Amino acid sequence: MALSAEQVQAVALLARLRLTDEELAVMTGQLNKIVEYVEQLHEVDTKDVEPLAHPLPISNVFREDRLRPSLPRDVALRNAPDTDGEFFLVPPVLD
Amino acid sequence: MATSTEATPYTIVIGLEVHVQLLTETKLFCGCRNRFGDPPNTNVCPICLGMPGVLPVMNQKAFQLALRAAVALNCQIARFTKWDRKNYYYPDLPKNYQISQYDLPFSHDGYLEIPTADGGTKRVGIIRVHLEEDAGKLLHAERGGKSQVDLNRAGTPLLEIVTKPDMNSPAEARTFLEELRLLLRYLEVSDCNMQEGSLRCDANINLHVQHNGQTVATPIVEVKNMNSFKAVEAAMAYEARRQYEEWLRTGAKLGEVPKETRGWDENRAVTVSQRRKEEASDYRYFPEPDLVPVVVSEQMLQEVRSQIGEFPAQRRLRLAAEYGIPEYDARVIVELGKAFADYFEQFARGLENPKNASNWMLQDVQRTLNAKGWTIEQFPVRPEKLADLVSRIERREINTHAAREVFAEMIESGRDPGAIIAERGLTMVSDEQQLKAIVDQVLDENPKVLEDFKKKKGKKRKQVAGFVRGLIMRQTKGRADAALVERLVNEALVARTGVPLE
Ligand SMILES: [Zn+2]
Repeated sequence: MALSAEQVQAVALLARLRLTDEELAVMTGQLNKIVEYVEQLHEVDTKDVEPLAHPLPISNVFREDRLRPSLPRDVALRNAPDTDGEFFLVPPVLD
Repeated sequence: MATSTEATPYTIVIGLEVHVQLLTETKLFCGCRNRFGDPPNTNVCPICLGMPGVLPVMNQKAFQLALRAAVALNCQIARFTKWDRKNYYYPDLPKNYQISQYDLPFSHDGYLEIPTADGGTKRVGIIRVHLEEDAGKLLHAERGGKSQVDLNRAGTPLLEIVTKPDMNSPAEARTFLEELRLLLRYLEVSDCNMQEGSLRCDANINLHVQHNGQTVATPIVEVKNMNSFKAVEAAMAYEARRQYEEWLRTGAKLGEVPKETRGWDENRAVTVSQRRKEEASDYRYFPEPDLVPVVVSEQMLQEVRSQIGEFPAQRRLRLAAEYGIPEYDARVIVELGKAFADYFEQFARGLENPKNASNWMLQDVQRTLNAKGWTIEQFPVRPEKLADLVSRIERREINTHAAREVFAEMIESGRDPGAIIAERGLTMVSDEQQLKAIVDQVLDENPKVLEDFKKKKGKKRKQVAGFVRGLIMRQTKGRADAALVERLVNEALVARTGVPLE
């Protein structure tokens, strides 16, 4: 399976990446190499293997519904590019 | 109730997608408080802010509540369930993905029975129920300004309930939501408050039009932005009419145009086109590597089933039948939750007339809970103690006025009603000779009252009698037997003035 430049462009859009034509060509080549590499897995016979949901053989890890301290607001907002002291501020969003 | 009297050449087909917030203390994957209305960005931590290197851990209570809801909705419970990342960019989603469930939701294929207009019931199928995290809240900017993001809600537990397209009228959609709310409130899964957003509902609707002996399906439209059950009903009714007119005009069928999303405009009472999806959204789901799967054991299921016990629809009927209270009261009591209904039953068993229990529960008790922000479990007066108090009204030992005073002190001090009544001398004065003497004394001291009574007519004359009753109550510090006072005052006024009561 080879990825087309259009497919890579679509993935780039989903990831909010703006690629120049040259970058798109490079990425398409590199991504196809990665996919090819992973495709080696097709050589393994998985007929009797159960699908794996998680690599660790554990399940049912829960925590109790108990309060733990949250961050002070000024600390929570400290790394924000923009804030009014109460909220994170972002450019206006058009739906 | 579903009503469909209008004869139309089409059938309405409605499916709902409902999101409810779970009544946990903390968020789904971190220990931040799960509460509506706190100051913005005060219930946040590195996990729900989506900082790198943190590890989410599933809240056990959230999973139990989700199981409880799914079992109550008659769903098949998956023995093996896992979570997935749903990837999209939006400022209220700090991680740029939502932890949700994709191909292995914890439950599927259930149903909810709803009452129909003809007194029967109808099953609305549930396709799936899954557990996911909520996003934060984006407050849209004024023109030109910046938008504000509050992440208190980010990561709070959310149940997504998707129905089959089994509802065939706007009223049925509303009834479904009412029954769902009753069930989830009673089971203490969610408070289902649409105003506060703890229940949110989107609808998919289209028509099956009878045309030249064939059934034609119109394009499915998703309707959003409905903020009350009434709005859901109104939006569905509007949308059905609009789709029929559009079909008459364009003849467009299902599959011929891209799916449209429309928003309900409450003020104009219309739906407004928001967008047409040219392509299905690509959320690039993949298994959430930070969470391990959950295996649901038979023991876990047994536990959940035993927590549910009697279903609210059955309990509502039983309360009305067993205690002889109005169906409306029974409905409200059950809707206030299992613990509230349990309290009612213990309280009512200690009374002569259980209607007094529902009155006290829905008035005095409910008012106190609201004022103090308590749940019924936090209410300091045990049901036997409250029954002790109210049964004293039934036995005419105290009047309602005095009982309210005792009730207030019981909440404050937790003391027994008998002790408070004795200490404050609140025993009802119901000795006829004693009260008659007080009536005579009051009338002797207020001769003007007799003049007024003679002069005034009808309602005005009755008001004079009311004024005298007030004087007697003041004289007895509110302890007099109100019914007896009324009779004695009326008799004395008529006797002294020689004019009738009306
Ligand atoms: Zn947190």
